[in-house]
Amino acid sequence: MLSRKIMLMQGNEACVEGALAAGMRFFAGYPITPSTEIAEIAAERLPKVGGKFIQMEDELASMGAVVGASLAGLKAMTATSGPGFSLKQENIGFACLTEVPCVVVNVQRGGPSTGLPTLPAQGDVMQTRWGTHGDHPIIVISPSSVREVYDMTIRAFNLSEKYRVPCILLMDEVVAHMRERVELPDKSSIDIINRKKVASTLSDYKPYMDYDSDGIPPMANFGDGIPFHVTGLIHDISGFPSTNPKVTEDLINRLMNKINNNIGDIIEYEKLYMEDAETVIVTFGCTARSVLSAIRVLRQEGLKIGMLRLKTIWPFAHIAIKELMQSSVNTLIVAEMNYGQLLETVKASAEGAFRIYGLNKYNGELITPQEVIDKVREVAEYA
Amino acid sequence: MNERIEIRLGGSGGQGLILAGIILAEAAILDGKNAVQSQSYGPEARGGASRSEVIISNTSIDYPKVSKPDVFLALTEEAMNKYKNDLKENGLLIIDASMEKPKDSYKILSVPILKTAQEKIGKVIVANIVALGTLIQVTEVVSKESIEKAVLDRVPQGTEELNKMALYKGFELGKSK
Repeated sequence: MLSRKIMLMQGNEACVEGALAAGMRFFAGYPITPSTEIAEIAAERLPKVGGKFIQMEDELASMGAVVGASLAGLKAMTATSGPGFSLKQENIGFACLTEVPCVVVNVQRGGPSTGLPTLPAQGDVMQTRWGTHGDHPIIVISPSSVREVYDMTIRAFNLSEKYRVPCILLMDEVVAHMRERVELPDKSSIDIINRKKVASTLSDYKPYMDYDSDGIPPMANFGDGIPFHVTGLIHDISGFPSTNPKVTEDLINRLMNKINNNIGDIIEYEKLYMEDAETVIVTFGCTARSVLSAIRVLRQEGLKIGMLRLKTIWPFAHIAIKELMQSSVNTLIVAEMNYGQLLETVKASAEGAFRIYGLNKYNGELITPQEVIDKVREVAEYA
Repeated sequence: MNERIEIRLGGSGGQGLILAGIILAEAAILDGKNAVQSQSYGPEARGGASRSEVIISNTSIDYPKVSKPDVFLALTEEAMNKYKNDLKENGLLIIDASMEKPKDSYKILSVPILKTAQEKIGKVIVANIVALGTLIQVTEVVSKESIEKAVLDRVPQGTEELNKMALYKGFELGKSK
């Protein structure tokens, strides 16, 4: 073995390591390429730390089991890819409305449908936001390296526990399957956030009451002796169904505001080579690696190119786009392995402030640095 | 050494070339370098041409895929024909001696990897380690000390001596060229 700290590690492996470090003690799933190693390694590792692994009969059941385990107090995760992610949507919506913390890993592969099982894509950007029906809160984060998979899996659990919301870790086949040199942090340096508990002094617990005026009710665990009702129907603070318009509106507002009022905590992005940049490439996930390679070449030629890498995909980083309006930037290129899903969001956010172009690839191959370079040159000619 | 060296290993699914790529990348890390390993395969469960790729660099590795391999080692003709076309102009193609040499202008090295594994060691299953030995003897991409450690750390318990012998036979094959 290499040193415990420095090692060659696969993205999917780093996901499980991060989850365990964050305190995951339950995994239910239905293995699917290119996420399979996550289930495989979780099956081996979880029993050794007193956790539970269940391979369920399908994706619907596995998402249901994850919600149930979390209600009983365990940090729970599932992992899937496109077709399985589609099947999990109903119970993801249930977790959004009932405010059950959970982490859902979606390792993107080519779609739609069975698509390209072994090949990379970034075609689930919109599905992570609006895959389940109705207005609902959700947090989606996306890593670009194996080390970041580790860090972001921990962060996914932390955000999910803190805001009582499902957190989607949006990976892709490239980052999931590649192995690279990583140095993992000391366990003692990792911040762990746990869900807010019900104070022992509290009598007459109302499971959906905003006791702390932060939109996040404390959560009792099933089995702890504080029974409460959980339903996918719109409910009042007692947890029982209601069709009252005021109750409904208050609930939806609270669900949306607990995210919208905390975007400074939730949204993370990275800016590189931005000091004098006139053209900025907006990207995320594996594509950011190709973009960075290209920028290093273009910078040597003296071109003023920078990169905005979104680490949080949803809620969208409007603030990052607004910051660009106060700079020398006049052109944006949105690079993604899909037909232009993030591009439309960036355009809406920019409100006409920049010339905006898409660099889109959806043939199962990673965008190459040369393709990024070619796009930058092509766009420069339109100026 | 160049700042970034790209190595491709190709063969048929089940020959252990993905493991060989992992071992090579681990050896590079033991040498204090950066390494990325990736693989390509189709939706079929086994057989077919498969490839494993390793990038070794003294600096950060951003784009994680091999675009123009410096070295391509192929153990089957199917893999060779499928994956040789983007080999770097002055790149090195290492093939098993059982294969017909392609009529290309690359530097081609034909070595009896499969035969050595089968006849000298008695197990064709260690051909991947023989191949690694040959590749390292010829290219010196990683140190022999690191590759030996990486091989011994990764192979199943009880097969250490067998794999060490395979590695050394591989070195010898490389020396003879």
